[in-house]
Amino acid sequence: MTVSERIEAGKTAAGTEWVAAEAGDYIALLKPRVMSLVVFTAFVGLVIAPLTLHPVLALASLVAIAVGAGASGALNMWYDADIDAVMRRTAARPIPAGRIEPGEALAIGIGLSVGAVAILGLIANWVAAGLLALTIAFYAVVYTMWLKRWTSQNIVIGGAAGAMPPVIGWAAATGQVTVESLVLFTIIFLWTPPHFWALSLYRSDDYRAAGVPMLPVVRGVAATKRQILAYAVVLAIAGMLPAVIGMATPVYALIAAVLGAVFVALAVQVWRMADDDPQMLPARRLFRFSLLYLFMLFAVLLVEQGLDRVAVLAG
Amino acid sequence: MSDNGVQNSVRLSSEEQRRRRTRSVVLALILGGLVAFFYIITVAKLGSNVLNRPL
Repeated sequence: MTVSERIEAGKTAAGTEWVAAEAGDYIALLKPRVMSLVVFTAFVGLVIAPLTLHPVLALASLVAIAVGAGASGALNMWYDADIDAVMRRTAARPIPAGRIEPGEALAIGIGLSVGAVAILGLIANWVAAGLLALTIAFYAVVYTMWLKRWTSQNIVIGGAAGAMPPVIGWAAATGQVTVESLVLFTIIFLWTPPHFWALSLYRSDDYRAAGVPMLPVVRGVAATKRQILAYAVVLAIAGMLPAVIGMATPVYALIAAVLGAVFVALAVQVWRMADDDPQMLPARRLFRFSLLYLFMLFAVLLVEQGLDRVAVLAG
Repeated sequence: MSDNGVQNSVRLSSEEQRRRRTRSVVLALILGGLVAFFYIITVAKLGSNVLNRPL
């Protein structure tokens, strides 16, 4: 079918019925929920770094990082439109629903990537911009195009992209990658597998139908539950690292220990859950708590830094 | 061109026209926002040097 025949027939390049896009579809293309987590963790990295950026430039850097994350989301949706169309959770996304053309999403993804990297380089520094470019390329090419359809370790390795925002935020302020920023990277990197495997346990039918080799599909539910528990234990220990290396107080250590213990307890509940449990409530609980866990750890780091700054100003 | 010489065109429904209008308004807001964004970061980046120029 030629392009003009396709347009005449009201079809998109993906073969779906063409529907005029709402402005909101373009926002959905940038995966705003993922973007919010990226912005928050990058913000923490930027604020707790020892050097401070001009507040306006710090805010602009966060905008650039957010746009870079959105660009990754657009590139991911462009490449994964065939998978998204099969899965219930993603079938209503703008490309499989026929509201945005795949080529349009590709152009938006590339355009925003170039813009975000250039702006971050110009307003912060080129170390941060290089890390942002690397992260976008890793997520769009290494994870989306290669790992996701190839190995059950897809989200383990691909999780490196999601763990980069605090490192980029830290680099935007200091121009460096340091042990402290790598500790933040490690926490998110270890958090990603149990977070997504908990989700994939109760969505495994979707992944199987789409041919995505998620761990429960390839290795089975029992192996996934064991891996979740192992990662939960390692994560609970890694969550304490900021206090160990002196970038957080004992109060942080206490909160991280309690949150880590709850994380492990919920992972044990998942481990004890029957493999054929139709509801998989423990997995749903762990998924929800994992979001709270990461938010709380970073929020405590942020509050401690804020209190430090107030103390310096006051005294 | 069609047989009677009138150019073919896509006729948008009122709903499609509304969606197109919304997209246009949002695009205009984004472009305006970008102008403000570049202006503000330029001033912030230059800082006090913005006044340091030969008269």
